[in-house]
This record gives sequence, C-alpha cells and structure tokens, in this order.
Amino acid sequence: MRDIDCQTITQTVARLCQEATSLLPEDVLQALKQARQKEESPLGQKILDQILENAELARKEGLPLCQDTGTTVVFLEIGQDAHIVGGDLNECIAQGVREGYDKGYLRKSIVEKPFSARINTKDNTPPVVHTEIVPGDKLRIQVMPKGGGCENMSRLAILLPAEGKKGVTDFVLRAVEEAGGNPCPPTIVGVGIGGTAEMAMSLAKKALTRKVGQLSSDTEVAELEQELLEKVNALGLGPQAVGGRITALAVHVESHPTHITSLPVAVNIQCHSARLKEAVL
Amino acid sequence: MDITLPLTDETVEKLHAGDDVRFTGVIYTARDAAHRRMVESLEKGESLPFDIRGQVIYYVGPTPAKPGQVIGSAGPTTSMRLDRFTPPLLAAGLKGIIGKGGRGQAVRDALKQYKGVYFIAVGGAGALLARQIKKVDVVAYEDLGTEAVRRLEVENFPAIVCNDIYGSDLLEEGKARYRRAVV
Repeated sequence: MRDIDCQTITQTVARLCQEATSLLPEDVLQALKQARQKEESPLGQKILDQILENAELARKEGLPLCQDTGTTVVFLEIGQDAHIVGGDLNECIAQGVREGYDKGYLRKSIVEKPFSARINTKDNTPPVVHTEIVPGDKLRIQVMPKGGGCENMSRLAILLPAEGKKGVTDFVLRAVEEAGGNPCPPTIVGVGIGGTAEMAMSLAKKALTRKVGQLSSDTEVAELEQELLEKVNALGLGPQAVGGRITALAVHVESHPTHITSLPVAVNIQCHSARLKEAVL
Repeated sequence: MDITLPLTDETVEKLHAGDDVRFTGVIYTARDAAHRRMVESLEKGESLPFDIRGQVIYYVGPTPAKPGQVIGSAGPTTSMRLDRFTPPLLAAGLKGIIGKGGRGQAVRDALKQYKGVYFIAVGGAGALLARQIKKVDVVAYEDLGTEAVRRLEVENFPAIVCNDIYGSDLLEEGKARYRRAVV
C-alpha cells in the first residue's frame, strides 16, 4: 500500500490543465507536419500552415491553442495498491480543474441546467472523470480538454450483427462526412466497437488517448484502422473541410466483446488541436 | 484580397467562394446567447446594440485576456448552431459572417437574397488569430461573459470566402474536387 496525497493530485491536475491547453503533444505535431507534406489542396496547405504556426506561437508564449479549452475530461488509472489520503478524490480533481482554469486564463465553458437556464459554473467544473482500477500502486492522470465542436459530432449506433464490418465502416464514414468542418479537421477519429451502448462510447473516447497513428496491437483491428483511415481521407473533406486529401490524421479503434444480439459502434472525434497531457504519481 | 470594413455591395460582389481575404476595420462578436437576444429584439421591433448595416459578425467566445493582452485566444466556433438566427440578421443588413463549418440551406438562400457573404477562419488557430485583434470593447450583454457582444478592431484578419452571393459553397465544391473512390 502506498499513500498518495490529495493535495498533490490537485496540484498535478491544475498543472496538466494549463500545459495541455498550450502545448500540443509531439506526436500530434509530427502528424500535422506529415499531413502538410501530403496535402495537395493549396487552401488545405495554407490552413495546415496556420495550424502549425498557431501551435508554435501557443507553445512559445504559453497561450491557449484554441479558445475552446473544453470540457475537462480526466482519465484516472488507480493502482489497486494505492491509497488516496487527505481528502475526497473527486473533489481534489475538481479543485485542480478550478485552479488550472483560473491561473491559466482558460475559458470556462461548462453550464449547469443544460436543458433550461444553462448557467455557467464559472470554474469549468465539474470535470468528466473516467476511473479504472489497475494493478500496481501508482496513479496515472491524463487530462484531455475536449472541445465542443468535435464532441458534438459524436455518434452511436447499435447495428445488427449481420451488418458486420461493412456496417461499421459505413457508419464511421457517414459520421465523419456529416460532421464536415464542424470538428475542425484534420481530426483523429475514435471508434469504439462492442461492449454495451455506454461502453462503446467510452471506448471511442479512450481510443483518442493513444499516440496519433499508433495501430492497435490486435492485427485485425489494426487492419480496420488502416482501411478506415484510407476511406475517411478519400471523402475529400480535407483541412477545415475546404477540400483536400487529409481529413483525418488517424483512426483509432478499440474493440471489446459484446452480446450475441449486438454490434454497438460509437464514434468520438478529436479536433486537430488534440490536447492531452499526463502524469504518473 | 485586402478588405476594409464595413462591407459594401461593391465589395461583396467581387468575392467568390475560395478567395483568401484579410479584414481591416471593425467586426462584432456574437454567439448563441447574444444571437437569441438580438433576434428577440428584432421581433419586438427594438433596435440592436449596434447598427448592423454593412457589418461583420464573428462567431467567437475568447479565453480571458492575460495581463498585457488585448484579448485571449480567439478562433471561430461552429456556425451551424447559429443557423436559425442568421436570416433575420441578414435581413436587417448584416453583410458578413465569420465562423467555421458549413451552413444550412436557409442561410445560403438568405446570403444570396440579402447579398451577404459567409467566411471561414481556421478553427483551432485561436492564438494566431488573436494577434490580428488590436482593440476590444464590450458593447452589449456584458452579463453573458465570454458570449457578450464585443467590438473588435482588427488588422489583416485572415479568412476564406465559403459562401458567396452567387450561391457557391466552398465546402461542397472542395469535397467534390478531392473525393475519390476506394475499392
């Protein structure tokens, strides 16, 4: 058993919120640079140049990459031998978000009473926290500030098992095409297949935490990822959907066993400003 | 093409889908909540918080400015959410809109009817775009915070014509040009 102090968790979350919103991860930058090389559309090239210049400016001056600093999605992997002490874990994460968004001059975009008054909570809380219990005594924290433009393009379908791979492919392509320029392409397309309805969506989001373009360790899933990426890019949407070759930087698929009657498929899209930062305590 | 604001009929007649433009002059910010209020004002026969004739509205909700900054990061938000509020504003004289993503048929028809142009700026380039904003004043709905209506003075603010007054749509045309069949 190992003690992890709540105050350390708060400080870590606060730091991750600030770093994630101004420092684009290296793998995302590399993927964008490769996209710039491959893009044939002159307008698409100009847009990718602006995106890369923006990332450089945000890094140098510590500015938010995008004004939508998102819903704060937090992934926790808690070692089963770790012991959180000194407070309520959920509250100390929320406090980290509060401090990070205040000190970082980040936009507070969360409203309560979503179907009526829509009142801003003014500190970007509550975050959306996903918790997994894993072997070990460490705590892994990943902070993903997730923009509304791409999150709003999420789709879920429970297909018939007989629809199979073609059904999955058609559904993903339709989701990307209908999303158009709204999720700020070039995107990363997260796909969750299997489980139950809520698990498929959760897998789709989890797929976005993988390094960009890192294929699944399952050969069959990896093949599907490559095939989907080729087809998504053949749609012709391109950067910001002005027309071009690079609509997505990658398609990440997570697959899970499911019920004999079901074939759930979920799509969760990440914008090119694919912000993610992690720490291990 | 360099454009000095406000927009005139003469200027919008020269613009075509796919054109690169740079704005210098005044633009106004407004998003969901501000649009709802403005359209309610029009319905009640009240005046708008600014004279909208010939003006450009930018769909943006910036991050808070850091000390020494004019404005925080300030890229465009998804335009589709504002579709239902756009035709009445065009009818009232609005000439230009800056956002991201496509527009519905009713907006495209209204752009043609009232000679308005829809531009896109690069979504997710908020730090870069903020550099072209030189002065900011809140002019209405201060209670809306990031969604308040702000008057921005911009210099060489980059955008691309998405929908022109002739009915062309950059997103549709671009997709058709680069689409290919995959077996």
